[in-house]
Amino acid sequence: MTDQTAGAATPPPSRPPPGLSVGPLAWIKHNLFNSVLSSIGTLVVGAVIVWLVWTVFDWIVLNGIWEAGPEGEESATCRQQYGYCFPFLQDMWGTILFGTYPGSERWRPAMAVLLIILMLVMSALRVNWRPHLLLAWYVAAVLAGILMFGGVLSLATIFWIVMLGAPLVRRVMPELGSGVGQEIPGNPVTDRLGLFWTVWLALAALFVAVDLLAPAVTGAGFDTGLRYVPNTQWGGLPLTLGLSLIGCGVAFPLGILLALGRRSNMPAIRVICVVYIEFIRGVPLITILFMASVLFPLFLPEGVTIDKLLRAQVGLILFAAAYLAEVVRGGLQAIPKGQYEAADSLGLTYWQKTRLIILPQALRISIPPLVNTFIGFFKDTSLVIIIGLFDLLNGGRIALTEPIWRGFYPESYTFVALIYFAFCFSLSKYSQWLEGQMNTGHSR
Amino acid sequence: MAIQTQDSAQTRAAIWNDPRARAIFWQIVVVILVVAGLWYLIGNVIENRNDQGIASGYGFLEREAGFEISESIISYGAANTYGRAFLVGILNTFIVGALGIVAATIIGTIMGIARLSKNWLIAKVASAYVETVRNIPLLLQLFVWYAVITESMPNPQDEGGPLSILGIAYLSNRGFDIAAPVPDPAFVWMGVAVVIAVIGIIFLRRYAEKQQAATGERLPVLLYSLVLLIGLPLIVWLVSGMPTDWDVPLPPGHPDGNRFRFVGGANVSPEFMALFLGLSIYTAGFIAEIVRSGIQAVPWGQTEAASALGLRRGLVLRLVVLPQALRIIIPPTTSQYLNLVKNSSLAVAIGYPDLVSVGNTTLNQTGQALEAISLFMAVYLIISLAISAFMNWYNTHIKLVER
Repeated sequence: MTDQTAGAATPPPSRPPPGLSVGPLAWIKHNLFNSVLSSIGTLVVGAVIVWLVWTVFDWIVLNGIWEAGPEGEESATCRQQYGYCFPFLQDMWGTILFGTYPGSERWRPAMAVLLIILMLVMSALRVNWRPHLLLAWYVAAVLAGILMFGGVLSLATIFWIVMLGAPLVRRVMPELGSGVGQEIPGNPVTDRLGLFWTVWLALAALFVAVDLLAPAVTGAGFDTGLRYVPNTQWGGLPLTLGLSLIGCGVAFPLGILLALGRRSNMPAIRVICVVYIEFIRGVPLITILFMASVLFPLFLPEGVTIDKLLRAQVGLILFAAAYLAEVVRGGLQAIPKGQYEAADSLGLTYWQKTRLIILPQALRISIPPLVNTFIGFFKDTSLVIIIGLFDLLNGGRIALTEPIWRGFYPESYTFVALIYFAFCFSLSKYSQWLEGQMNTGHSR
Repeated sequence: MAIQTQDSAQTRAAIWNDPRARAIFWQIVVVILVVAGLWYLIGNVIENRNDQGIASGYGFLEREAGFEISESIISYGAANTYGRAFLVGILNTFIVGALGIVAATIIGTIMGIARLSKNWLIAKVASAYVETVRNIPLLLQLFVWYAVITESMPNPQDEGGPLSILGIAYLSNRGFDIAAPVPDPAFVWMGVAVVIAVIGIIFLRRYAEKQQAATGERLPVLLYSLVLLIGLPLIVWLVSGMPTDWDVPLPPGHPDGNRFRFVGGANVSPEFMALFLGLSIYTAGFIAEIVRSGIQAVPWGQTEAASALGLRRGLVLRLVVLPQALRIIIPPTTSQYLNLVKNSSLAVAIGYPDLVSVGNTTLNQTGQALEAISLFMAVYLIISLAISAFMNWYNTHIKLVER
């Protein structure tokens, strides 16, 4: 072997490696000092960044103030020195996060928020995308509601909670009661509705009757052992999360209907949906919230009132529905025409076609843009502050109205901004990740 | 004949199974429901208002407003009518909207291009900017800007005085006071000169295109345009005696000025500054993303093909890449402009007297909720419809002509 190569011409001496093509130095040269202009850019931007990072580091870490002043004047040290005032957060984080919720009961909204965050995380995992998730959300929402309200749960409340949850339970366990329906054939009612809904309607009717005849019976209740906190005292993060999640949850089915209506063949329905969607999208959210807070009471007949929180919630739902409708419409438009035609040729009715063929595909592709719409909506709920609700942003503002903490807006606003950022940023990264995950079938 | 009719009668389904009949039936049901719902709601409004003793209609617009508006470009006082107050609000919305759109476009384009920079640091900084700005509610950003100006800027009456910029502009917690040219009739004529120059440039471009089609020679249009645009007003200025007086603001405590306030110059209020900064920086984050994806969407082959034709780098960008990128960029950008104008309604939270803010004051004073809200909704609707009409026109204008 060696002899053979030795017999051949000796290889020429290897050339020196090209200057700086690998290693960190090469990376720096290539990515930071590529040309004269690029070098100047790097230096200028770099200097600004260093200055900015240093200022923040100096403010928070080197000069951060941890020592609160005496009782009643906690801000004394902070007012004398330069630096991030941690006593402000120690004193006010509860107010910022939970607004005007009674101080001794703050563990309740905290638990509710943790529960909701847990549910959000669970919903993000695709393995959980099953009917169980809907039931879990229902249970979580009920628990969060009980935690937030507390007080006495009347028999009526418990009854309706169970009744509304029953269809979800049935969805998870379809064998439950499905076989029973076929045991009594020939009955016109159960044939049409199925045994489950027959029993459901019968129970509901019975209960309404009892409710009307003997309100004392249904009004009797079960004490949760928690102090009752009316929703006028709610505030902070639970309010922001509640408004945005309930808003989207209710607006979503509405949005689907609007999107279907906009693509309907019936001109009257199409016109109504287009006018609604374009009207809502054409005006700022604030005007809708003003409408909700000022005009809704006028819309109702004399003597009927709905509380402020509910009014804002209704306004937000009306707003979100129009935007969600446009996202869903995008999904609907992306479904190839063949799918519609195939469904038609199978003899499916409009609703069967929509429910079984079109929507499952359309909603699937619209999930990433839906998450983006939700992020926008989550940020937009901060506008309820203008009609006087105490959401997370307003929590940050009430903390500043405390006489001793007046003027500590950098501390307050950075805290609030970080919470919003954490939610929105993780959601937007999630939506990007999801897009990549769901595209695997199509992209090469 | 008889047999035929019988046949078609058999194949025709019963009327309640005929899809067309069903469609008409459902449409009628829905329309009746919607109309009845609106009828009920509006009926309630009228009834409730009669109980409160509030007259319906827009007559209140002619009554005296009785409130002051802190900034206005047309003359306005408390003795003017509500109608004029609304007009002031509309104009204020337009001003902040127009300036915000210009600033957001500039910042957004720079940031969008910076995100594509080969320089790692610049690309990262731009993407950090976009992520931060897009993930924090605009209202919070407005509060921050407002607080920065009103609480962290120096009080001009204090020891140190306002932050002076070369003695011709001052930054303080009362906003930005800057030297302004003293009004002179010459400026009107200079404005006219600019308009004439723009018209001239349009004709010049037409001529240049014709010339190029005929001879293949390209006139240096850009150079001529600049000469026209700068030269004409300059000539007017020189001819009219070169008015050079500047109205320089004097800070409080200045020997020639007032002890308490700025004298002279033009003042940009803290509310306007906060709203303008907040809106343009927020919207720029979204525009940056649009610009970036628009540029990325033009295939690299287009650049290569254009270079292969022998075009210079600048021409490649101007004649090949940009027209294609713009086709993708413009529609979503217009909807961002629309968002910016709609978001300017957040002015009410920091006290800039825009349309909604003025409308809200009117509403509280007169109780004419339905009228006030319908008025400002109508204005926003007109703006959005106008912008979408423009967008549709533009889209058809630049649409690819395919065979």
